[in-house]
Amino acid sequence: MGILRGKLLPPVLAILFSALLCGIALVVSGANPLRAFGVMFAQVGEGTTAVDIINSTGTYYIAALAVAIGFQMNLFNIGVEGQYRVAAVVAAVVGGSIALPPGLHALVIILTAAVAGALWAAIPAILKVTRGVNEVISTIMMNGLALGLAAYLIGADVFGELRGNNIRTPEIPETGWVPGIPFGSSGTVFGLVFLAALLGIGYWVMMNRTRFGFELRASGESSTAAAAGGVNAKKMVLIAMLLSGGIAGLVSMPEILGRDHTYNLNFPAGIGFSGIAIALLGRNHPGGIAFGALLWAFLDKSGLALDNVGVPREIVTIMQGAIVLSVVVAYEVVRRFELAAQQRQVGRQLGTVDAA
Amino acid sequence: MSTTTPAVVLSGITKRFPGVVANSDVHLSVQVGEVHALCGENGAGKSTLMKILYGMQQPDEGTIEVAGEQVRFRTPADAIKAGIGMVHQHFMLADNLTVQENVVLGAESLHGIGGKARKRILELADATGLTVDPGVLVERLGVADRQRVEILKVLYRGAKVIILDEPTAVLVPQEVDELFATLRGMQQQGFTFLFISHKLDEVRSIADSVTIIRRGTTVGTADPKAVSSRQLAEMMVGSELPSPETRESTVTDRVVLQVENLGLVAAEGTRPVLDDIDLVVRAGEIVGIAGVEGNGQTELVETIMGMRKAHHGRVLLGDRDLTRLGTLSRREAGIGYIPEDRHRQGLLLTQPLWANRILGHQTRRPVSKGQWLDLAGAKKDTERIVEDFDVRTPGIDVAAVALSGGNQQKLVVGRELSGDPVLLIASHPTRGVDVGAQALIWDEIRNARARGLAVLLISADLDELIGLSDTIRVMLRGRLVADADPATVTPEDLGSAMTGATSAEHATGASPASESEGE
Repeated sequence: MGILRGKLLPPVLAILFSALLCGIALVVSGANPLRAFGVMFAQVGEGTTAVDIINSTGTYYIAALAVAIGFQMNLFNIGVEGQYRVAAVVAAVVGGSIALPPGLHALVIILTAAVAGALWAAIPAILKVTRGVNEVISTIMMNGLALGLAAYLIGADVFGELRGNNIRTPEIPETGWVPGIPFGSSGTVFGLVFLAALLGIGYWVMMNRTRFGFELRASGESSTAAAAGGVNAKKMVLIAMLLSGGIAGLVSMPEILGRDHTYNLNFPAGIGFSGIAIALLGRNHPGGIAFGALLWAFLDKSGLALDNVGVPREIVTIMQGAIVLSVVVAYEVVRRFELAAQQRQVGRQLGTVDAA
Repeated sequence: MSTTTPAVVLSGITKRFPGVVANSDVHLSVQVGEVHALCGENGAGKSTLMKILYGMQQPDEGTIEVAGEQVRFRTPADAIKAGIGMVHQHFMLADNLTVQENVVLGAESLHGIGGKARKRILELADATGLTVDPGVLVERLGVADRQRVEILKVLYRGAKVIILDEPTAVLVPQEVDELFATLRGMQQQGFTFLFISHKLDEVRSIADSVTIIRRGTTVGTADPKAVSSRQLAEMMVGSELPSPETRESTVTDRVVLQVENLGLVAAEGTRPVLDDIDLVVRAGEIVGIAGVEGNGQTELVETIMGMRKAHHGRVLLGDRDLTRLGTLSRREAGIGYIPEDRHRQGLLLTQPLWANRILGHQTRRPVSKGQWLDLAGAKKDTERIVEDFDVRTPGIDVAAVALSGGNQQKLVVGRELSGDPVLLIASHPTRGVDVGAQALIWDEIRNARARGLAVLLISADLDELIGLSDTIRVMLRGRLVADADPATVTPEDLGSAMTGATSAEHATGASPASESEGE
């Protein structure tokens, strides 16, 4: 029960608090907050919103897992944004230029994306291990490079082709598509949303049941204790960063293999940064991250409806920011409270508090 | 002196910390112009008490009076305003700033940061004999000079009562003498000192009165000139003094650890941190390393553990050359390692006890199977350690941080003796633990030795070192400079050998002990 309180209380408090904050912001801007929130919830039942939310959740979930792997050892991979973009271009180009049987083709594309993401992340990882370059700075800079590289690769005279006023990579043949689950007019759930779920399970198993996960967590908790316990810090940085980049590479796979079948100028941006917020919100826990991703997707998609009632939908961005800030505070408050409670309990059971 | 108002009076101070020994009903009265020693074992509550006096923590009960007036300090700033200053054991100086900048930092409003501040520093230095060039960078200063800067810092802020937290721990005896001379001079000028220490000889030589603190409470005040060190020690630990004595020798001739010509250089062009270390530890033997802290003991241990890369030389365990292996492989080869700082190096504080059992053993049974952890095995074996090593805890799922220092250390010792190690490296194994835990840890180390374990013991506690060791090597400036026979050597002899004042062979009459022992 105590564990439940410690894990669930902070996000619930944070969400309520940020809803309150947004409510105030809405009132200040002259709108009715209850109506606004009501519209958002009602929107879930409209058109393809529900399916869109699920699809978006899957994408966010993968991005947040990628971030969370780094977070586990205090490694801040801000470069998920760039890693998934580079991976998407490379995978789309490779997928569009090879011919393989169905299934195998998709698998090759997915693996290509993971490898491309990992290789892109390998650069900051190697810089950190060999030269001590701070990964926050190098990954942010790699994001800038990724944008440029992607734009170059899809140029009409490189790998891309001009379609109307859009530039895109050649379309991936149907053998490389991953079919979704159609819900008629409500849309189609991407097949690779299940990949996200699998990754979540794999992540949990890795963190809690494997030696590598233990060493990762130990490094995050205390690098000095990890070193004394025989954990090779450099190796951990390298592997964690490659894994993080590899998973980041998969972020755009549900969309590319499920709907777009190409990388084009309308490629979604900012998922990597949302992933950072979601990983924070979910406390690097696979369940927490799933919840965070769902919340993020809900706010994103339902927020679109706010325009219909004359409320600026940017209020959603305020809410997302407020949630992250308040959840960080709430976790810290609850953590200290729990620790004190546990120490009290130990003291009481051993009788040292009152005896002293 | 006793008729005037005391400089500081603490009465009935109680501070509850969940799960650890706190202060309870502490009484302390310090006269103006005296050096008042506060003595107690590690973990007895000295530091907590001083933190309360310095405003870093608030007492749950009790009152503080300074110069006759009751005060309530909410922050150290309040304490500084009342004329109380503290010199921490671990210096709080910015290496890349000059002495003057360090002194002025945070007190810029007093005399600015320019010529006036410099003048004031020089005045203070002249008056007290704490002579340091204000323009020099702190990184260029030695330990004793840094300490002077720390004292200047508190004087600059107007302190009249100065708390010195274990000021001699980092000094060699000559420096201690200098410090004491300075203190006496300042005492004449009306400064009052609260001197925290557990080194009884020093207390007896500098203090005008001494208050003993045991298990969080003051047990009495004595005149240090009138009581013996033994009496003081007994007041500190209660009636029985646990003895670390090792009885019959179990030393065999089987070499377990062999360190050859080991060298470590911290930065190019500097004096080596480890200089051609040769060391042998045999099965059933405890080899103690004596030395003033900071003479390379930490580096020696971390190099043997593979946490630092040796510049040259070899480390052999049995016949196996470990020199090129990493820390984990060395642990797998059979080295148990009790790190000197259990909080930073020994434990994952927020993790449950059973997760801490895995640390360092993550590749070995019973806590793991190949790449997979064996949680059931880890929990079961943690239960065993809790049982066998008397770790006082409500369960194995509590976070390590919730335990008291002694129980944390018992867990670490239990873990490091798991998995049948052939060599145990114990760095300050009983530092900061209560007497009960200390006795248990000594017993466990002795038992393991009797089973044929080789032990390399590093300790600042000379009684522990002499009592447990079969052989003592003295370390000074990165070199093993002398040997001593624990059967004949006294702490005093050892102390002078540690500072290079005399060589131990000379002082003790013991021949190179490590060669003659063990046959």
